[in-house]
Amino acid sequence: MLAYLGRRLAQLVPVLLLISLIVFLILHALPGDPAMLMLAGAEGGAVSAERIAELQEAMGLNDPLPVQYGRFLLGILRGDLGESIRLRTPVTEVILERFAFTIQLSLGGLACALLLGITTGVLSALRPNGWTDVLFSLMAYFGMSMPLFWLGLMLIFLFAFQLKWFPPSGSEGLDRLVLPSLTLGFVSAGAISRLTRSSLVEVLHEDYIRTAQAKGLARHRIVQRHALKNALIPVVTIVGLQFGGMLAGAVVTETVFSRPGLGRLVVQAILWKDYPLAQGIILFMAVLFLSANLLVDISYAWLDPRIRIH
Amino acid sequence: MFRRTLRTFGSQPQGVIGLGLLLVWLLLALSATQLVPYDPLEQGLPPARAGDSPVRQAPSSLYWFGTDELGRDVLSRVLAGAHISLALGFISVSIGLVAGSTLGLVAGFYGGWVDGIVMRAMDALLAFPGILLALVVIAALGTSIQNVMIAVGIAIVPQYARLVRGLCLTIRELAYVEAAHVVGSGPARLIFRHFLPNIVPPLIVLSTLQIGQAIIYGSALSFLGMGAQPPTPEWGLIAAKGRDFFRKAWWISTFPSLAILSVVLSFNLLGDGLRSLLDPRMRMVRAADQRNS
Repeated sequence: MLAYLGRRLAQLVPVLLLISLIVFLILHALPGDPAMLMLAGAEGGAVSAERIAELQEAMGLNDPLPVQYGRFLLGILRGDLGESIRLRTPVTEVILERFAFTIQLSLGGLACALLLGITTGVLSALRPNGWTDVLFSLMAYFGMSMPLFWLGLMLIFLFAFQLKWFPPSGSEGLDRLVLPSLTLGFVSAGAISRLTRSSLVEVLHEDYIRTAQAKGLARHRIVQRHALKNALIPVVTIVGLQFGGMLAGAVVTETVFSRPGLGRLVVQAILWKDYPLAQGIILFMAVLFLSANLLVDISYAWLDPRIRIH
Repeated sequence: MFRRTLRTFGSQPQGVIGLGLLLVWLLLALSATQLVPYDPLEQGLPPARAGDSPVRQAPSSLYWFGTDELGRDVLSRVLAGAHISLALGFISVSIGLVAGSTLGLVAGFYGGWVDGIVMRAMDALLAFPGILLALVVIAALGTSIQNVMIAVGIAIVPQYARLVRGLCLTIRELAYVEAAHVVGSGPARLIFRHFLPNIVPPLIVLSTLQIGQAIIYGSALSFLGMGAQPPTPEWGLIAAKGRDFFRKAWWISTFPSLAILSVVLSFNLLGDGLRSLLDPRMRMVRAADQRNS
């Protein structure tokens, strides 16, 4: 197990380096000059050429690119992602302040997706091609094809304005997490539902299920004790991937629900041309996604010893 | 052979429904300029009931989908936006398909260090979840609908590279391909005679599903203000503009969103229909997936 863990961590190093390189190159492929943007933001109006040159030198923008990249990497290792041009605070601080909102939303969305997806998937698989199966298939298709933002708007309209069950926006408290989580979860629920269904249908045709039936076990016990555990293995493998979908979906969902998370902030950062901030958040989200996948792979290897060997 | 394939496809309700829906949208997109009841950019259209405000009029016999916050006809705008979203889907998937398949083919065919470099690069791109990679590219290129197409195209490159590479590894070990190699077929002959015919069907399925996904991504980017700019009648942008009035004028955001939903649904249904049609070959995709993980 330790050897597997070491191997997985070693594989991450080149990927992390490449990610940092991609993110770094974006900042430098940009038309705007960071020094000028920074001064324009701070002092407003016309900015003298000397001031720009001065700041360029101070920020190390005149050094060759590899040197700058090296400094950027060293900064990351020290937890220093630079300073936000717009907010005038260290990027690391901003991220630490806000990432809890995005994590809560992603986990809430994931919980909704798993709950909805597995339940409907199991009910569909019990009677393939029955009316519940057709109904849930339709729902899954709609979920997978629906624009997130519209689902969010509809849920706000229905549950916040018409029924007044939940507040329409904001970030404090659990009741403000319900609607965004549902929005985010519904889209992934479709994929999970279909995967659960096909996997359970397949498992229910296995020999050991017939054995269980032959020895007279009740149907619900067969599903609960024998089939479901095996059928859910493929679902577990895509949880990490789905978490990434949640992080990406948070970008839209947080905007619709005006939640002060990282997803909404990264969009604002790009529109503000606040590149250090955008770069920091994107880097952080990529690392978060990689860690989630690693966690899933580890738990999977722990559950299934065969994987550790390969 | 072709007729039998057609009959198998006909027995799949989802594929037929998806294809029908898609054809309807293609027709609407192509004839939109003739079909639109009003100029999609004309503001302050006369109110359906005298004395009303021209903006945010509810759906009526005059304006089937109502009017938007500037008094433009929503139906005309939705129709005029059809070709934008469809083009976005086709163009960005073409970018992803060409670039990704080439990378995957090179990696899977040659193996070794080439494979190592290409696949690590793809892993790095895949570490940016979903729309985030497109956001990164937009940040670098600037906001416009053309850049959205490029950004979404780049964002789906790794999907194609992984699929094609996995397929190549599987195909390389097929007995008849090995035999062809042994009797001295060159790389060009191997690729065109043996690899491509096995790779194309799964690529068609993936591309159909990806077009739907690309349209969702593209409209989301426009909704966030990173894509099409006003007054373009892009669906995500129309929905974004209607967002602030959703309580009192639900139709502004709802009709373009329903358009997105039905177009994406048509691609998803068609893709699934094609998948079951090509099922025997899809076994190879599953084998390829296992190799990648």
